[in-house]
Amino acid sequence: MSTIAQKRGFASTVWDYLTTVDHKKIAILYLIAGGIFFLMGGVEAMMIRAQLAVPNNDFVSAGLFNELLTMHGTTMIFLAAMPLLLAFMNAIMPLQIGARDVAFPFVNALGFWLFFFGGLFLNLSWFLGGAPDAGWTSYASLSLASEGHGIDFYALGLQISGFGTLMGGINFLVTIINMRAPGMTYMRMPLFTWTTFVASALILFAFPPLTASIFMLTFDRMFGANFFNVAAGGNTIIWEHFFWIFGHPEVYILILPAFGIFSEIFSTFSRKRLFGYSSMVFATVLIGFLGFMVWAHHMFTVGLGPVANAIFAVATMAIAVPTGIKIFNWLLTIWGGSIKFTVPMLYAVAFIPSFVAGGVTGVMQAVAPADYQYHDSYFIVAHFHYVIVGGVVFALLAGTHFYWPKMFGTMLSEKIGKFTFVFFFIGFHLTFFVQHFLGLMGMPRRVWTFLPGQGLDTGNLVSSIGAAFMAVGVISLLINVVITSVKNERVGNDPWEDGRTLEWAISSPAPFYNFKQLPLVRGLDAYWLEKMEGKTTLTPAEPIGDIHMPNSSFVPFVISLGLFIAAFGAMYHVDDKAWALPVLIGGLVITFGAMIYRSLKDDHGFHIHKEELMEENDDKGVKA
Amino acid sequence: MKDRLTKWRLLSVFAVLALALSGCGEPFLSTLKPAGDVAKQQYNLMILSTVIMVTVIAVVTVIFVLAITRFRRKKGDENKIPKQVEGSHLLEIIWTVIPIILLLILAVPTVTATFDQANVKDMDKKPKKDGTRDALVVNVRANLYWWEFEYPDYKVMTSQELVVPTDQKVYFNLKASDVKHSFWIPAAGGKMDTNTDNVNKFWLKFDSDKSEEAGNLFYGKCAELCGPSHALMDFKVETKSQDDFKQWISTMQSAKPAAPTDTAAVEGQKLFEQNCLSCHATSPDDSRPEQARLAPNLATFGERSRIAGILDHNEEELKNWIRDPEKYKPGNKMTGTYKQLNEQELDQLAAYLMSLKVEEQ
Amino acid sequence: MQAEEKFTPQTWPESPEKATLEGKNKFLGFWLFLGGETVLFASLFATYIALKDKVPSPDHMLAKDLFELPLVFVMTMLLLTSSLTSVYSMYHMKNYNFKKMQLWMLITVILGLGFLACEFYEFHHYYTEYNHTFTSSAFGSAFYTLTGFHGAHVIFGLVWMILLMVRNAGRGLSLYNAPKFYLASLYWHFIDVVWVFIFTVVYLMGMVG
Repeated sequence: MSTIAQKRGFASTVWDYLTTVDHKKIAILYLIAGGIFFLMGGVEAMMIRAQLAVPNNDFVSAGLFNELLTMHGTTMIFLAAMPLLLAFMNAIMPLQIGARDVAFPFVNALGFWLFFFGGLFLNLSWFLGGAPDAGWTSYASLSLASEGHGIDFYALGLQISGFGTLMGGINFLVTIINMRAPGMTYMRMPLFTWTTFVASALILFAFPPLTASIFMLTFDRMFGANFFNVAAGGNTIIWEHFFWIFGHPEVYILILPAFGIFSEIFSTFSRKRLFGYSSMVFATVLIGFLGFMVWAHHMFTVGLGPVANAIFAVATMAIAVPTGIKIFNWLLTIWGGSIKFTVPMLYAVAFIPSFVAGGVTGVMQAVAPADYQYHDSYFIVAHFHYVIVGGVVFALLAGTHFYWPKMFGTMLSEKIGKFTFVFFFIGFHLTFFVQHFLGLMGMPRRVWTFLPGQGLDTGNLVSSIGAAFMAVGVISLLINVVITSVKNERVGNDPWEDGRTLEWAISSPAPFYNFKQLPLVRGLDAYWLEKMEGKTTLTPAEPIGDIHMPNSSFVPFVISLGLFIAAFGAMYHVDDKAWALPVLIGGLVITFGAMIYRSLKDDHGFHIHKEELMEENDDKGVKA
Repeated sequence: MKDRLTKWRLLSVFAVLALALSGCGEPFLSTLKPAGDVAKQQYNLMILSTVIMVTVIAVVTVIFVLAITRFRRKKGDENKIPKQVEGSHLLEIIWTVIPIILLLILAVPTVTATFDQANVKDMDKKPKKDGTRDALVVNVRANLYWWEFEYPDYKVMTSQELVVPTDQKVYFNLKASDVKHSFWIPAAGGKMDTNTDNVNKFWLKFDSDKSEEAGNLFYGKCAELCGPSHALMDFKVETKSQDDFKQWISTMQSAKPAAPTDTAAVEGQKLFEQNCLSCHATSPDDSRPEQARLAPNLATFGERSRIAGILDHNEEELKNWIRDPEKYKPGNKMTGTYKQLNEQELDQLAAYLMSLKVEEQ
Repeated sequence: MQAEEKFTPQTWPESPEKATLEGKNKFLGFWLFLGGETVLFASLFATYIALKDKVPSPDHMLAKDLFELPLVFVMTMLLLTSSLTSVYSMYHMKNYNFKKMQLWMLITVILGLGFLACEFYEFHHYYTEYNHTFTSSAFGSAFYTLTGFHGAHVIFGLVWMILLMVRNAGRGLSLYNAPKFYLASLYWHFIDVVWVFIFTVVYLMGMVG
C-alpha cells in the first residue's frame, strides 16, 4: 500500500480526495472548504465595515448590505466555524482515542460532501439573482416577504448542509462510545475529545428543530403552505422558537470544541496536566445540557410575558457558573507551569481576557429588563463577536497552528504566526470593543447606514479601522501557509516537544491506518505518562495483526450531488419553469439511486496484512 | 507578551477616553442618559451588572497577569517538569459558590424589574362611562418604513412623530402590519417587538427635566431587521407637559381640514387629491380601517421635525423626497404609486404639504 | 470475527446484530439517529398543536369535523400488527431461521402497504370532500406535514425492507446482513411508536375538540 501512496499525478490526487473515506483526508477537505468560506465571510465583513465607516455612506446599496450581513452571518456560522471545527475533530479526535478511523467512514465522507454542496448552493445565490437578505436568523415575516430566490437558497442550502452536520455528529458519538483504545476510559479521554462528544450530542438534538423549521419555510415559500402566514392562521413566532431552540445550542456546538482545543494547548505548553480535569468534564456536560434551557433569552422583547422572561433570565445566568469554573481551571493549569509562548499558546492566553469580556456581557444580557435595551443593538453585535471571534476563531487559529504539523507533517512559521496574532488580536479588540458603546448609545444592529449628528461617527470609524487590522492578520496567515507548504520541512512525531496525548506518539502526518497496534492507555495524558517513564512510544495493547480498512467510494459525492441538483428544481418550481419538476425528481432519483446502490452492493473493505506492516519503516505506528 | 498587552491596554484606554469625551452619546438617543422611569431602572440594572462583572474581570485579570508573568519558561529550565496537580476541591468549591452568590444578587432585581415593567393592568381599566380610561394609551402600528400612532380614547391619529406628556405613564399597544419591526426609544426605555401575530403591551415614562435636556425631542428607532430601509425607519418623540398635552389633544380633536389661501398651495391641494389622497389622510381623525391606511397621516406634516423621518424639514428636501423616494428610502412602498410631477407641480405640492398644520391654525 | 463466515443455528451468536464491530457501530448509531428523529417529530408535533384549528375563515373544516375514528382505528391496528410481525421476524433471525424471517418480514411489508393505502384514501377524502388541503390553511399545512412526514417514513421503511429481502433472498443470513435486517425492524418500530402519538395527539384529541 505504501508504494501506491508515493507518486501520483494531479488527477489521481483529486480522485483520491473525491472518493476518500479516510478521516484525516476528510479533515483536510473540511479545512480547505471551511477556510475558503471563512475568507468569503471575511470579505463580506470588510464590505460591511467599509460601508459603516462614515455616516450616510453609499459604498454598497441598502439591498446589497442586507445580503452581505445575512451571508456573513450564515457563512461564518454554518460554512466556516463549524466545518473548521469538524476539520480538527476529524483530524485529531480518532487519534486521541487510539482509533483506526471513525465508526462510519462512508458516512463521514457523505457528511462532508453534503456540507460542501449545501454551502456551494447557498453561495451560488450571489450569481443567480441575489443572496438571502433576511439575516442569518431569517425571521419568518421578513423571510416570507423577501422577493426573489435569496431565502430559497438559504433554506435549501442550509437544509442540505445541515444533514451533513447531523451525520457528522452521530458518527463522532458512535466513534467515541465504541472505538476507544483499550484502557481509554471516559475519564481518561483528552478534553478535546470530551468537548467533541458533547458538541456532537448537541448537534444530534439541536439540528432536527432547525430541519423541521426550514422544511416549513421551504414549504411556505415554494409549495404554498401557511405555517408562517398570519392571514391563513399561521404564526411567525413558531419560527423564532425553533430557530433559537437550534440557535442557542449551536453557539455551544461552536464554543465547546474551542474550549477543548484551548484545554489541550494550555496543558501542553504549561507542561502541566489540566487542573481539575473532572470538573472540566462536568462543566462541559452541564453547559451542553443548560444550552437547551435558555433559548428564549434571544426573545426577551418578543412579548412572551414576564413569567417566561424571568425564568429564562435566571436559567441563562446559571450558565455562567460552569463557564466560570472552566476559566479558573485554565488559569490554575498555567499557574505553576512552565509556560512556553508558542503561537498556539499566544492565542490561548489572549483567549482568556477576550472570552471573559464576551462572557460577562452575556450575563449582563441575561438581565431581561436591561436586555430590552441591549437587544438588537450593536451591544449584541459586540457581545457575540467577543465570544465567537475571541473564543471560536481564536481557537481555530490556535488549532491551525497547533495541529498543522499533525495534519500536514510540517510546521507553520512561528515568526509569521506571531505577526498574524498581533494584528488579529489588536484588530479584534479595536473593532468590537467600541461596538458595546455604539449599542448603548442607541445604534440598532443590521443598519445599512446611520445619520450624522447622533454621536455615532467616531465609534464606527474606529471599528472599521480595527477590521482592516484583522484582514491584515488573516492575509499574513495565508502567506504563512503558502511559504510553509513550499518549504515543506518535515517534522517528527512530537514537533511541539511537549505533546501529552496519543496523537503526538505517531508520525506526522499519521499513517493511513493510524496505529499499527492499538495502544494500551494507562491514564490521562497517555503519551506524557510514557514519556515520563523514559519511553518514546506507546505500550501496545495487541500483537501486530491484519488491519481491516474501508474501501474508498465515490457514492457520497453522488448522493450529495443529487440533492444539490434537486434543490434547483425545488427552487425554480415556483417560477413555473417547465424543467423544474423533472430536475427536482431527477436529482432525487440520483440521490436515492446512489443510496440503493450503496445498500445493495456488498462492501467488506480490505485488509492490510501483517507482513506489509512489518516491512514498513519503524517510525510509523506503535512498535512492539 | 508584556509589551503587547500594554499596547492593547493603551489602545483600549484611548478608545474609552474618546468615548467618554463624546459623553456616552446624545441625550435624545443614548440609553446611558436615561430620561424616564423605565430607562432609569434599566440603567441601574446595567450599572449593577457592570460593577459585578468588572469585579469578576478584575479578579481574573490579576490571576491571569500573575500566571503568565511568573511562570514563563526561562532559559535554563527547558527540561524542568512542573508538578502535575490534579485539582483542588477547596478552590473549585470557592469558584463555584462565589459566582452563584453574585448571580443571586443580580437575579433578584432582575425578576422584580421584569414584572414591574410588564405591568400594564391600568390599560384594561375603563372606569369612564364612555368606555375610555384614565391611563393614556397609544396604539403603535409599524409599517414598511413608517410609524402610525393612534390615541384610541381621543380618536386622534398621527404618524412619524409621537407626542407624549411628561411625568406620567404612557401605555403602548404595539403591532406591525406587514413584517416584524421593533419599537425602540433608547433614551426612554428598552424596546418591544411589533409582531404581525399579536398585540404587545408595555409602558414608558418621560421625565420632564431630562426631556428638557434632550430638547423635548427624542429619537426612536426600528430595532428589527425589516428590509432595505430598516436603518432609516426612524421616528421622533415630542414631549409636552401634561397641560400642553391636553391642549394638543383637544386641538387635534377639533382640527379642521386645511384650507390653503396661498395660490400655489391651492393648486398643490388639487394635485394632492389626485395623486396622494388614496393613501395619505390629512385630518387627525381618520376613521378608515387600518388596512386602508396605507401611508402616514399628514395632518401635522407642516409641524414635523423631519421629512420621511430622516431628512431635514424644508421644502427643498420635501421636493427631493417626492421626486425620488427610492433614493432616500430604498424599498419603500411609495415609489411609483403616483404620476411623475414636474418642477412647478412639485413646488405647489410642497407648498400645500407645508401648510398642513394643526397647532398654528 | 469474519462477516462472511458461514453459520449453523448452533454457532450463530446470541445477538447477531451486535456480533461485529460494524454491527455494534450501526446498532448504536441507528439508535442515536432515532433520537434525532424523535426531536424532529417532536418539533412537528409542537407545530401541529400550535396550529391546530388555525384557519383563515370559519368556513374551513376543523379537526372535530374532519376525522373519522373507524378508518383511523383500522390504520392503527394495521401498523401495530405489523410491528408485532416484525418482532417475529427478528425472533427467527436470532434463531438463524432465514425462511421464516423472510416470511414474517413479508407479512410486515403487506400490512405496511395496507396502512399506506388507507392513508392515501384518507388524504384523498379530505381533499375532495372537505377541501382540507395542504395550502388551504395553517391547520392544513401542519396536519399534512406531520402525517405526511410519517407517511414518507413508512414508504422509506417499506422500500428498505423489500430491497433487503430481495437482495438477500438467495444468500441467507450472515453477520454482514443481520444488522441490516435488525435496523430495518428497529426503524419500523419507531414508525409505529410515532403513529401511536399521531393517533393520540392528532386524531383522539382532535375528536374531543
